[in-house]
Amino acid sequence: MSNLEHKLDAGEFVVTAELPVIDGGGIVEIQRQLEPMRPFVDAFNATDNPSAHAHCSPLAVSIGLMQVGAEPVMQLVCRDRNRLALESDLVGAAMYGIENVCCLTGDDVTAGDEPETRRVFDLDSVQLIALARVLENGHYLSGRPLSPAPHYCVGAVENPAAPPYEYRVRRAAKKALAGARFLQLQLTFRTEQLERFMRAAHDTGLSERIALIPSICILRSVGGMRFVAGNVPGLDVPPEMVARVEGAVDAEAECFDIAFELATHALAQPGVAGLHFISFRKDAGIAALCTRLGIAPRHERESHGHSASVAL
Amino acid sequence: MTAAGLVARVEHAVKKPIWGCQMCGQCVLHDTGLTCPMTCPKTLRNGPCGGVRANGHCEVKPEMRCVWLNAYERSERLPLWRGHIDNLRPPVDNRLMGTSSWANFVTGRDRQAPEGWATDVESRA
Repeated sequence: MSNLEHKLDAGEFVVTAELPVIDGGGIVEIQRQLEPMRPFVDAFNATDNPSAHAHCSPLAVSIGLMQVGAEPVMQLVCRDRNRLALESDLVGAAMYGIENVCCLTGDDVTAGDEPETRRVFDLDSVQLIALARVLENGHYLSGRPLSPAPHYCVGAVENPAAPPYEYRVRRAAKKALAGARFLQLQLTFRTEQLERFMRAAHDTGLSERIALIPSICILRSVGGMRFVAGNVPGLDVPPEMVARVEGAVDAEAECFDIAFELATHALAQPGVAGLHFISFRKDAGIAALCTRLGIAPRHERESHGHSASVAL
Repeated sequence: MTAAGLVARVEHAVKKPIWGCQMCGQCVLHDTGLTCPMTCPKTLRNGPCGGVRANGHCEVKPEMRCVWLNAYERSERLPLWRGHIDNLRPPVDNRLMGTSSWANFVTGRDRQAPEGWATDVESRA
């Protein structure tokens, strides 16, 4: 059982983070990207061609993470692989002891730098979650035996910030029904969107069935803020937040304050199982933010136990 | 033309103008508020992706309203099949593309999921 799954089962607070994309440089590069945030993070997401831009494959990066003793969450998107390829990557992951997988639809090819690509979407994200659970039962989708049966801690993503807002919790419930154990929630820059989602998840009992992990993004500049406001599908940034960074003397400090405020707000919601951090470049931002939030380093949490309330 | 081909022609002639039917051969219109999920650019069968724009339009085709936003709203208004949008729909059988879902419904062919899916997922849902 992965450390992440163990913590989720025990109801312990979890910290996950997006590993910046890797394009080469071997284990040394993975080590370099990992190093500043490593003391705080329980598991690192190895992304799968984010924004439809090709990078080193999530399976290869996940194996690299295992080799340096860090725990991966292998993302898989439905955009680039048909069901055969998804099955073989899942089985390949299990072969190396990679258990945490995160199943996503994937940004469309038109969001990337090779928009002429053929999009696949042979499965959708809900079917991909179910597929991982089918493999766990000791057979492929066809029913052909798979022995030994792999074990996964299956995750997925839901976006509280995209319409239809009132349907998002039902879609999240469908992912739980398909077999997802945790949901890393898509970034929200509007606190009311996360609040509405978490309240509905709490009221319907969903947060009892699936661990909900809101995402927090650390931006650094006016340009970065404008980019996410204008270019990321399904992300809605309030104009006053962009204006706040534009008007700041120190844009980086202002962005950090915003991340802190959003994280504090997220931690105050009912049923929050942990936080997922995204920082687009290697630096100590995630560690600094955890420290400011009062989230202890991993080894301290593991020796003393930890709950979300401590973080406040 | 074979009888099966004729049925497929008639089905397409009826369903294309009304629902933009793509002839997937395994119709789920009743599950999706009478909105064809195969008109979603990602051909998603189990709900909207996370890329829906704040104005409710599609990530891929900004001029088009999200197919699943329509599906959700219409399913809430339907007197029948309302909760069906939450059903876990199996992967598409790509061999059925271009065939008549009416004929496949009569024979039960449209409800034959892969064995692994049928034993594990359908029993759970």
